[in-house]
Amino acid sequence: MGVTSLSLPGRRRLSKQARENIKGYLFISPWLLGFLLWVLGPMVASLVISFTEWDILTPPSFVGFGNYTKLLDPNVYFLKALYNTIYITAIGVPLQVILALFVAQFLNYRGRGVNLFRTIFYLPMVTPIVASALVWLMIFNPEFGLANTLLRLLRLPEQRWFLDPDLSKPLIIVWMLWHIGGSMVIFLGGLQSVPESLYDAAEVDGAGPVRQFFSITLPLISPVIFFVITTSIIGTFQVFTVAFITTGGGPIRSTLFYVLYLYKNAFEYLRMGFGSGLAWVLFVIILVVTLVQFKLANRWVYYEVS
Amino acid sequence: MTAKTHGQDAHTPLSKLQTGMFTLRLNFLPRITFLIVFSIIMSVPFWWMLSTSLKAEYQVLLFPPRWFPIPIKWQNYPDVFIKAPFVVWFGNTLFITVVSLVGTLFSASLVAYGFARIQFWGRNVLFILVLSTMMLPDVVTLIPTFILFSRLDWIDTFLPLIVPVFFGGSAFFIFLIRQYFTTIPFDLEEAAFIDGASTFTVFWRIILPLAKPVLGTVGLFSFLGNWNDFMRPMIYLNSPEKKTLAVGLRYFQSQWGTEWALMMAAATIMIVPVLIVFFFTQRFFVKGIALSGLGGR
Repeated sequence: MGVTSLSLPGRRRLSKQARENIKGYLFISPWLLGFLLWVLGPMVASLVISFTEWDILTPPSFVGFGNYTKLLDPNVYFLKALYNTIYITAIGVPLQVILALFVAQFLNYRGRGVNLFRTIFYLPMVTPIVASALVWLMIFNPEFGLANTLLRLLRLPEQRWFLDPDLSKPLIIVWMLWHIGGSMVIFLGGLQSVPESLYDAAEVDGAGPVRQFFSITLPLISPVIFFVITTSIIGTFQVFTVAFITTGGGPIRSTLFYVLYLYKNAFEYLRMGFGSGLAWVLFVIILVVTLVQFKLANRWVYYEVS
Repeated sequence: MTAKTHGQDAHTPLSKLQTGMFTLRLNFLPRITFLIVFSIIMSVPFWWMLSTSLKAEYQVLLFPPRWFPIPIKWQNYPDVFIKAPFVVWFGNTLFITVVSLVGTLFSASLVAYGFARIQFWGRNVLFILVLSTMMLPDVVTLIPTFILFSRLDWIDTFLPLIVPVFFGGSAFFIFLIRQYFTTIPFDLEEAAFIDGASTFTVFWRIILPLAKPVLGTVGLFSFLGNWNDFMRPMIYLNSPEKKTLAVGLRYFQSQWGTEWALMMAAATIMIVPVLIVFFFTQRFFVKGIALSGLGGR
């Protein structure tokens, strides 16, 4: 309502454009203020803090690039955390995208049950991560878990799962694969926007389903695939809660992912300077990865000229 | 893969083509079989949570584990409330979630209207800025924000969780709502402006009521995000009576060894409101996704 009273007195004196400007900035002012307070301000502050050593309790001391040179120190687990994160991203995201697209193909029909199946596949997305992580911990419990029961049934050797550094990361990836619902719904939307007539034409020309998929479906939904890949990579780089609950980063740091490492430094060891340095490095990594993807997108993403 | 080849071999009757079997024309049977099998696999964790929540503690530890709880121990559910301040946590979570929901819907749609409908100077540049913050990981700003809130003496209050929400919600929500607003025809507003309505009135009375699907989508995302959030409540809330459900769930993990049955009962209680909300809003949700351009265009 404030907008009404504020813009009224100026109505006679100001030009139309000036009025639009005032109105526009009033409408976006919550965001503008929020951007300064919660984004730009903290980012600058974070950069400044990253040049210090600071435990919040005592005054900070300036260390220059100390926190950044420390990253490559072999006694610091930055590279380990980065490796773990790249591991689950490089393996988990492609698997997620392929599985989501595959399932979306099956869901893409009109008729009975579509809504039901879509709901079931989406449910993991609405489940609190704490809850699903705890369930994972129980299913993969080496003593009484369901997973070992299945292995025993198949006469395979039982595993130690989250206690085995070779299996802990793959288990996190399996957990990620349970969460394909979001990508799947987006793919489904993409598939449904492909004109039916194209498939009819392809069928007349004798193209089989595989050929149709690669020559029609894939190019036409490539913008959607691009969107899903980009957001999934950004999301996977920020994996935190599931590892925090299931393993706390172990065993022998095999699930120490980047954000978990950052969290531990900042909030467990109170290394605010080093934590801020990690935050900035993460920001730069994600920025570069995303820019590279946009660059590569020109080669494979197909945009319809309309 | 086998299912796909089946679709090719089968004779597709013309009627079926016309009623719209999209893309790979799979036969109904292989399609439905795959979907059912996959649904069962996807549901195992849920079943496991539910069945554990009804087992006696000694039953949980049996190997091989039982698929069904026999006998069913309903007492676990009341026990969750007796053994932990679960009602308080539930209330805290509900409070934070509802306040955030209102704040998000109001501020994000206000901002989205500005970007969608008003031709102000610098609009495109600022909108690109909005989009680019979508890519910004939350942890990048976490440490200074935490320090700011601790200087304001807001630690162990709900303020750090609800105040930022009133500043536009999040870039993603602004984006979704803005995309939707741009699809609403201008004629409706023109008529109202001619009748002398203010911009805010047009926004509030004409545009918002038309945007229910996208508001439903954003509302659902906001509800889920806050109800399920773990990291921020863990960092900002310390005392037991201030906890949220997500943080409180771990209470059963640390206390006297892990009480799996109680923990799973607590998790089930936490998920129920989410499921209710999801079932009621999912038609908004699918519509919103489709119309906001995420689903193809």
